Amino acid sequence: MSRLSLHLPGLDVKNPIMPASGCFGFGKEFSNLYDLSKLGAIMIKATTVETRIGNPTPRVAETAAGMLNAIGLQNPGLEQVMKNELPYLERFDVPIIANVAGTTTEDYVEVAKEISTAPNVKALELNISCPNVKHGGITFGTDPVIARELVEAVKKVSEVPVYVKLSPNVTDIVEIAKAVEAGGADGITMINTLVGMRLDERTGKPVIANGTGGLSGPAVKPVAIRMVYEVYKAVNIPIIGMGGVTNAQDVIDFMSAGASAVAVGTANFVDPFVCPKIIEELPGKLEELGVKRLKEIIGRSHL
Amino acid sequence: MIQQERMIVVRQSEIAHHIFELTLQGQIVQDMNPGQFVHIRVSDSFEPLLRRPISIANINKEANEATVIYRAEGRGTSILSQKQVGDEVDVLGPLGNGFPVDAVREGGTALLVGGGIGVPPLYELSHQLNARGIRTIHVFGFATEQVCFYEDQFTTLGDTHFVTVDGSKGTKGFVTDLLEELKPEFDVFYACGPLPMLRALEGFYPEKQGYLSFEERMGCGIGACFACICQTTDQSDKNYVKVCSDGPVFPKGVVDL
Repeated sequence: MSRLSLHLPGLDVKNPIMPASGCFGFGKEFSNLYDLSKLGAIMIKATTVETRIGNPTPRVAETAAGMLNAIGLQNPGLEQVMKNELPYLERFDVPIIANVAGTTTEDYVEVAKEISTAPNVKALELNISCPNVKHGGITFGTDPVIARELVEAVKKVSEVPVYVKLSPNVTDIVEIAKAVEAGGADGITMINTLVGMRLDERTGKPVIANGTGGLSGPAVKPVAIRMVYEVYKAVNIPIIGMGGVTNAQDVIDFMSAGASAVAVGTANFVDPFVCPKIIEELPGKLEELGVKRLKEIIGRSHL
Repeated sequence: MIQQERMIVVRQSEIAHHIFELTLQGQIVQDMNPGQFVHIRVSDSFEPLLRRPISIANINKEANEATVIYRAEGRGTSILSQKQVGDEVDVLGPLGNGFPVDAVREGGTALLVGGGIGVPPLYELSHQLNARGIRTIHVFGFATEQVCFYEDQFTTLGDTHFVTVDGSKGTKGFVTDLLEELKPEFDVFYACGPLPMLRALEGFYPEKQGYLSFEERMGCGIGACFACICQTTDQSDKNYVKVCSDGPVFPKGVVDL
């Protein structure tokens, strides 16, 4: 196997690079640009039971080395994702991590039960951290007791390992990480976006129609690295790190802090070819570091 | 096909107040059609982070050159306006679906209506329509004379009329005021400009075939991020379109104005 390959619960990946949920749609647009089989995995856009049209526009606003978004979990709903989106991705040799969202525990359970039966879905990512919907999402991710109970409920029905996507919008992310681990989570993905706001220079009003949005991009990387570093010390389940990754060095940084794999989000909007570019850059980085296999560097910050 | 290329700046000049005409050279020109756009990264750093979507104003496949016209008003476009001849610019494109030039039969007449910085894509469209033996009538609205451009270029292609909000050039008012006065005879209309203009036009020509080009704040430009969503008039299952990848040009009546 290649120097980049590794194993994670439910996932045997060629490399640790995967597009982050919400930044890659359901892959179709990017499949016109490059062979998706090059990717380690794909985290598809959040799926809810029902069709969601999302928030009013403007939904994005640029900020210093970053952007705010408040898309609002727009997706075609579970039935369409099962019927159209997932079957389309079967033509590629790439495991899918299905991002599961909802308003109630029952919603999460319903989506998880069904979507985990799709042949190419090898893991779930519980979205308990979306800051852009009024109900559900982040409310599950900011209370350790509620988070744990949700994970337990989903674990009972899921056919595949369950990762939980953590919100950075909490006082103590370690507490939440420990709670989801105790609830039976197989892994953690982190971080989701940071709640922010940008004002219009002329009117003084928020630029984004929703008022607040989630901050992502290179601006958030130091926060994400710090959080991965802290959570790695506190839990025994693997972490998929993300937050401002744009190049191979960022991947090395996240893995050094403790991530076993790395998701690329906003950078896909800046350069749609960024994921294959990073995968190509990685062996050169390993040479520079004098490391044979990429997985050897996981958690080296803590040695 | 969508490609990413480092295109070379071959010309750049300010043709009206804060309005820049930029000509870029590169292979992706070969795939361009009128009404499509390019997504330009103005800096190789992450500041500013996102690309800028800019419509294509002129396509010269023989010279491998494409011209865009943009207003330098924000951070990104201001940086773009500083680019010198010989500089490289990271361009993703061509993106979106353009104007259907075959919607008018040979010998027919097309009405091209533009507002402000919505005028540029109509230039290449007019070229291609004229090349197909279609007469074009141009009706363009601007805020003021200072920001008007391409009068001579459009005049060589067909009847060209200007209207300004302050009356400093042409008729005073909006394009619909001028259309009321001109009562042009035509088969199909094509329009690009601010939403109120597009809305007014749809109401103005309910019986005519028309194509509207939309503008919306974009993220990725390729249909993945769901930032540039517009509601459609069709209220069935899929009641939205993405301006970047489904548009930016839609037949009249598709988008809920």
